[in-house]
Amino acid sequence: MRKMMQVFGVLVVLALVLSACGGGGGGGKFRVAIVTPSARNDLAFSQSIYDAIVKVQTAKGGPDKFEFVISESMFVVDDAGAAIRDYASQGYDLVIAHGSQYGGVLQEIAPDFPKVSFAWGTTVDTFAEKGIKNVFAYEARSEQGGYVNGVMAGKLTKSNVVGVVGPIETGDAKLYVDGFIAGVKASNPNARVTVNWIGSFSDVALASEAAQTHIGAGADVMAGTAQMVVGAIGVAKDNNVLWLGTQANQTSLAPNIVVANQIYDWSGVILEMIDLINKGTLGGKAFEITLANKGLYIEYNSAYSLPADVRKLADDTAQGIISGAISVK
Amino acid sequence: MKQRLQLYFSSQVIDALLPVFATLAALLVGAFMLLALGANPLVAYGALLQGAFGSVNAIADTLVRATPLLFVGVGICIAFRGGVTNIGGEGQFVVGALCATLVGLSFPDGPALLVVPLALLAGALGGALWGGIPGLLKAHFNVNEILSTIMMNQIAVQGMNFLLIGPLIDPVQLQRASRIPQTARLSAAFDLPRLVPTRLHLGTLIAVVMAVLVYVLLWRTTLGYRIRAVGLNRDAARYAGINVPRHIALALALSGALAGLAGAIQVFGVNFRMFTDGSATGFTGSAGFHGIVAALFGQLHPLGTIPAAFFFGGLLVGANRMQRAVQVPAALIVTLNGLVVVFVVSTELWRQQRARRRMAEQAAEQLVQHDAAATVAASAAQEGRV
Amino acid sequence: MIGELLTLQVLLGILTSGIRLATPYLYAGIGETFGQRSGVLNLGVEGQMLIGAFAAFYTVRQTGNLWLGLLVAILVGALMGLAMAFVSITLRAKQGISGIGFFLFGLGLSDLLFQKMLGTVQTVSGFRPIPLPVLSDIPLLGQVFFNQNLLVYGAYVLVPIASFVLNQTTFGLKIRAVGENPEAADSLGVNVSRIRYITVTLGGAFSGLAGSSLSIALLNVFQQNLTSGLGFIAVALVYFGGWRPWGVLAGALLFSMVNALQLWVQVLGLPIPSEFAVMMPYVLTIVALVVAVQRVRPPTALTKPFVREG
Repeated sequence: MRKMMQVFGVLVVLALVLSACGGGGGGGKFRVAIVTPSARNDLAFSQSIYDAIVKVQTAKGGPDKFEFVISESMFVVDDAGAAIRDYASQGYDLVIAHGSQYGGVLQEIAPDFPKVSFAWGTTVDTFAEKGIKNVFAYEARSEQGGYVNGVMAGKLTKSNVVGVVGPIETGDAKLYVDGFIAGVKASNPNARVTVNWIGSFSDVALASEAAQTHIGAGADVMAGTAQMVVGAIGVAKDNNVLWLGTQANQTSLAPNIVVANQIYDWSGVILEMIDLINKGTLGGKAFEITLANKGLYIEYNSAYSLPADVRKLADDTAQGIISGAISVK
Repeated sequence: MKQRLQLYFSSQVIDALLPVFATLAALLVGAFMLLALGANPLVAYGALLQGAFGSVNAIADTLVRATPLLFVGVGICIAFRGGVTNIGGEGQFVVGALCATLVGLSFPDGPALLVVPLALLAGALGGALWGGIPGLLKAHFNVNEILSTIMMNQIAVQGMNFLLIGPLIDPVQLQRASRIPQTARLSAAFDLPRLVPTRLHLGTLIAVVMAVLVYVLLWRTTLGYRIRAVGLNRDAARYAGINVPRHIALALALSGALAGLAGAIQVFGVNFRMFTDGSATGFTGSAGFHGIVAALFGQLHPLGTIPAAFFFGGLLVGANRMQRAVQVPAALIVTLNGLVVVFVVSTELWRQQRARRRMAEQAAEQLVQHDAAATVAASAAQEGRV
Repeated sequence: MIGELLTLQVLLGILTSGIRLATPYLYAGIGETFGQRSGVLNLGVEGQMLIGAFAAFYTVRQTGNLWLGLLVAILVGALMGLAMAFVSITLRAKQGISGIGFFLFGLGLSDLLFQKMLGTVQTVSGFRPIPLPVLSDIPLLGQVFFNQNLLVYGAYVLVPIASFVLNQTTFGLKIRAVGENPEAADSLGVNVSRIRYITVTLGGAFSGLAGSSLSIALLNVFQQNLTSGLGFIAVALVYFGGWRPWGVLAGALLFSMVNALQLWVQVLGLPIPSEFAVMMPYVLTIVALVVAVQRVRPPTALTKPFVREG
């Protein structure tokens, strides 16, 4: 009998310990899981969300108050789906699917976990019209910074040839390149912008050779988007051709020729989502980062001496976009 | 005799377990890497097991992940038995998925019992086409299939990107500036039925049935016999009157058909639409490569490929779960998979040695039996004389 | 439309790009040629390239010594080759699959080391173009052919050397014998396993070199999956070249030039969807083989492990 009591006691203690360990959710600590398609240090799309979540963690009072986990390099959408499902079933408060290719699996998973909040980027679709209430959407209006970058490129080019290297003509890359071209045209109608879609997010060698081709065709200013453009930046550096970056700060790769970068800062969006979740709204809202809400901003490379008039034009253009005086598309 | 049978059987079991031992050895190496990364290997591998086989849902996920590997792997068996190497599984998978999606999108209101089989058939045909082209090129122009299937993979990917950005794109996406390259979700009526209340779908069963059918095809039909004859010795097959080029092309086309069917099943059983991330991997999960691994783990036998695919599928699912549990970089999982493949394939020498020893023992035994029979016959004859 | 492509600027551009792009294919393809001629198929080239690329990059990043980087890439590649040789020759593993294993291993390990040892995308200053005296002054073509970096020159110098070794030396004769008829070679006293060990290890060293030609000469960065399928194309080009170094050169140049051409097609804004432009090198490589209808036979013993009787 006594032995039974002992066993019972141990079991109770064990159960208490276990429930204390597993007790997320209402326990005060906010828990976020992120699934990204490439590495967190890709100096591009995946890095932008990683940098943001680190910032949010600091803003929320550090690891004791705010916990996050990440599954990076989830190229395989099936694996990403399994990760999203797994995190949701572990009771994370917010599961972020950071890739436009994850929309399909998220649409299937979200209804199974009505108490978990999901976020899908980059897109504007929350599936609310399909009756799914726990998915946020987020998108970067990257055409805005693209436009500002384009305006600078138009002014900086002496040859009137500007080259762009992109992955495939969709999503965030398409938005940025569309905006960039419009910007160049606005500041320099004589300039010609040529775009090379290399058909891959990973082929650094081909991106590099695409940049060589642009230079061969006379380009003296270049831009590009996605993680394989690090190859193109190297070529720009070697040939002293100016570079305009996006998604993350690429200045470190070529301090002499990077003019400016459009930086993505998702932290504001994530903080807003957390607020809504804490108030009981788990989805249904589409967020965007823009120049106006400072989710997007242009970071100028201080090591590059940008002519004052171009800098002023860029600042004015950004202001114009913020005030609505300039509408990009 | 019974005892001998048992011995024989248990040594077969050891053969079958060789890959498991090899995997354990690979995981042991992986344990040191985990330690170096500051993770507890016991916790990590516990999560791996849990993630792969630890619950009904885990097993279902493993089976779902294994299904395309099984299809592709069974197709690989046909190609290898026919003496050709098919590394074009990725491309065939993609083309099959595209063809099936096209059918699904074309008849959104059609009866599922008609549309789904038609779509799966279209997927198989698409894959057969994508595998058949390298087959014909090999048969008639001596274009090596390793070269052409590698090239065809890239052609398929770019074709997929073109179609999903353009003609096949979800009409909803056309209204968006970002235009996510995916098709509309197929009619929910077309979703393959779930077998139990998990993600497990009918496709897994179809894959197992196909494995059995391919076994019958290869070992119980004239066509299969001819394909294997061509694979064993082209010159001998030619002398035997077999049309060698035709059977080479056929082996690759059939192999492609199974990869194409895998793609179609992936659409109707898992994703319910087609999408691209610019490469093939996002959609295929590298099934075109992992299927080769599964087939070779299964000794290039369609029935052996069944457990091999489930084993490898479990490894993929479990390793990802491990990544989440101990938060190590995902790159470790790819490394581990590579180690497992290398270690398992390295057991070949022991397997061969065991097989040879077994054959020698059998031969010796037969000899003994033969002798015994002769003795009995001789003594009987003597008795008869007496 | 075609006219726009036929300007001097474009043609010279295609030549220059093609010569550069072909470099990693040449190193890896010629290394693979040695292995295959001796009867061993190595599908793991891509993994070896990645490890070599990382090793070279990391060494240069730490020491600034390009030659040391090159040496480390070669050694690490050779080590990977040696492992492949042990598994394929001594343990008689099925070669297609062991290669895929080494590919996955290299893909994962190079990424893992990159994440842990570098943490982010960085650059190094790699091998710079060196204009060859006199030759680079040749009008037009001088700049195309004779103003490249050292590893580009090296790749082209390697072709005749490899061809000579394979066809004119005793070592080459042994390689071919071992790949065609290992039993006969063995009976003549050639150590089949040893020859294969040498060629596969050599192949690994060249793959490592190919990787370093990307990370410390042509691109000067390292990133997850830097090679992005280049290694598989290199293997395909060995078949294109009919297992001859000069053939590999022809294939590498054809593939790379068409790739350069498609980049120009896009830059000139010709009305072809970019996806079809990107397809061009893959399609044309196949078409070229169909048109050329070659009757070259693969090495008879390719992928067959050698078991010495008795």
